[in-house]
Amino acid sequence: MIEISNIHKSFGKQQVLKGIDSVFHKGKTNLIIGKSGSGKTVLIKCIVGLLRPEQGSVKYDGQEFLTMTVNEKKEIRKQIGMLFQGNALFDSMTVEENIRFPLDMFTKQSMSEKVDRVNEVLAKVQLKDTNHKFPSEISGGMQKRVGIARAIVLNPKYLFCDEPNSGLDPKTAMLIDDLIREITQEYNITTVINTHDMNSVVRIGDNILYLYQGEKNWQGDNEQLFYTDNQDLTDFIFASEFLQEAKEFRLQNWKNRKA
Amino acid sequence: MGPFYHIGSYIYMLKALFVRPERISMYWKETFRQMVDIGVGSLLIVAIISFFIGAVSTVQFAYNLQDSLIPMMYVGYVVKESMILEFAPTISCLILAGKVGSNISSELGSMRLSEQIDALEIMGVYTKAYLIGPKILAAITMIPLLVIISAAIGIYGGMIAGILSGYVLRTDYIQGVLSFFDAFGVFVMLLKSVTFGFLLTSISCYQGYNAYGGALEIGKASTRAVVISSIMVLFADYILAWILL
Repeated sequence: MIEISNIHKSFGKQQVLKGIDSVFHKGKTNLIIGKSGSGKTVLIKCIVGLLRPEQGSVKYDGQEFLTMTVNEKKEIRKQIGMLFQGNALFDSMTVEENIRFPLDMFTKQSMSEKVDRVNEVLAKVQLKDTNHKFPSEISGGMQKRVGIARAIVLNPKYLFCDEPNSGLDPKTAMLIDDLIREITQEYNITTVINTHDMNSVVRIGDNILYLYQGEKNWQGDNEQLFYTDNQDLTDFIFASEFLQEAKEFRLQNWKNRKA
Repeated sequence: MGPFYHIGSYIYMLKALFVRPERISMYWKETFRQMVDIGVGSLLIVAIISFFIGAVSTVQFAYNLQDSLIPMMYVGYVVKESMILEFAPTISCLILAGKVGSNISSELGSMRLSEQIDALEIMGVYTKAYLIGPKILAAITMIPLLVIISAAIGIYGGMIAGILSGYVLRTDYIQGVLSFFDAFGVFVMLLKSVTFGFLLTSISCYQGYNAYGGALEIGKASTRAVVISSIMVLFADYILAWILL
C-alpha cells in the first residue's frame, strides 16, 4: 500500500500539485487520471522520487520515503518496477539484456538462472523468441511488453505505469491493460497507473484518482465513475459523443434494472 | 543559471561518482565497452591527424633550416620534442573533444530524453556513478595510450615527409629523434593526456547528463560539450606548461 498526503510541487511560480492526498491499495490497479497538464506525471514522479515535492509525505507500507537516506531509498527502489511512457528500453541492448539488466545489477544468480527468469517473464508477457532482438526491431506494443517484463523481473512490490497505452492501437492497449491487471492480482502488488485512456479507466480502474488543475477532485472506482455528479469529471470522462451515449445507455440499463 | 551554478553542479556530479558500486562486474563491463569506444574507435582519426601534423612540422622546420648552418638532424629533434610536448597531447585531445565529447554528450542526452536515465534511477542504480564513472575511467586510461601512439605516428610521419620532400636524410632524421632524449617530456605528455582526457569526458558527461527538453537540446548540449571541453583543454595546457616547464 502507498499513502500520499499533502503533496505540493511547484516549478518556479507555477504550482503544479496543490496538496494531493490518496491511498493506493495492494492487489488493485490504482489509476491517476486527468487532463494533460493536470499534474499526473509530476505526481507519479514525486511518488517514485524522481522529483522532490516541497511538502508532503509518501509512505510505502508505512515507511516514510521522502525523509529516507539515499541508501534507504535505494532499498525501496529495488522493490519498484516502472513502465515508462516511451518504454525507456536501453537501445544498445537486446530484449534479453534489457530484462536481465536488473538481475545482473542486483542479484548473484548464475547466468542460467537469470536466463530462465528472463524467459519466464517473457512468457508471462507473451513474448517468446524475441530474446535476441533489439528494441528497434520490435513493434511499439512489444516494446511495452518488454518494458513490463523488465519492470516485474525482480518481483517488485510496487508497479508504476506512466501512460502504458500511449501510441498503441485499441486492441493492443486492451492486451496491455489485461496484462497489468493480471500481474497485479497474481503477484498481489500495488499498481499505480497514470492514464487518460478511457477504455483503461472503465476496464481496470479499481481505484481512480481524478486530478483537476493540480488538485484531487474525485476518488472512487469504475462503477462509481458512471454515476458521479462531479461536473468536472463528467466533462473529462464523457468528452466524446460516443462515450456520452455509452453513459446514457449504461444509466438506462441501471434504471431498468432498478425498476 | 550562471556559471557558478554549473561549476557547483559539476563538482557535485564528480563527488557523486565516489560510491560503492551495486555490482562491480557491471561497472567493469561498462568501462571496457567505453574503452573500446573511446580507444579503438578514435585510433584511426588520431593516427591520420598525427601523421600529417608530423609531416607538416618536418617540412616547415626543414624549410626554415635549409639555408642555415644548423645541421638537418635537428629537424628530427624538433619534430620529436614538439610532438611529445605539445602536438600529440593537445591536438589529439582537441580532436577527441570533438569526436568523443560530442558522442558522450549526445549518448547521455538521448538517454535522458528517452527516460533511460530515469529508468536506471528507479531501479536503484547510482546513475552518475554507473554512466559517467566508466567513461572517465576509460578516457584517462585510453587517451594516454592514444597520445603515445599519436606521438610515434607523428614522428614517423615527419620522417616520411622529410624523405619524400628531400629536405632531410633518413639517417639524419633518426639521429635527431634519438638525440637529447628527456624522460621528463614524456611525463609531461602523459600528465597532459590524463588531465585533458578527464576534462573532456567529465565536461561532456555533465552537458549530456543535464540535457533537458527536446532533440534540439541534445544538439546544443553536444555543441556546448565540444566548445567548453576545447577551451578547458587549452586552458589546462597553458596552466600545466606554466607549472611544469
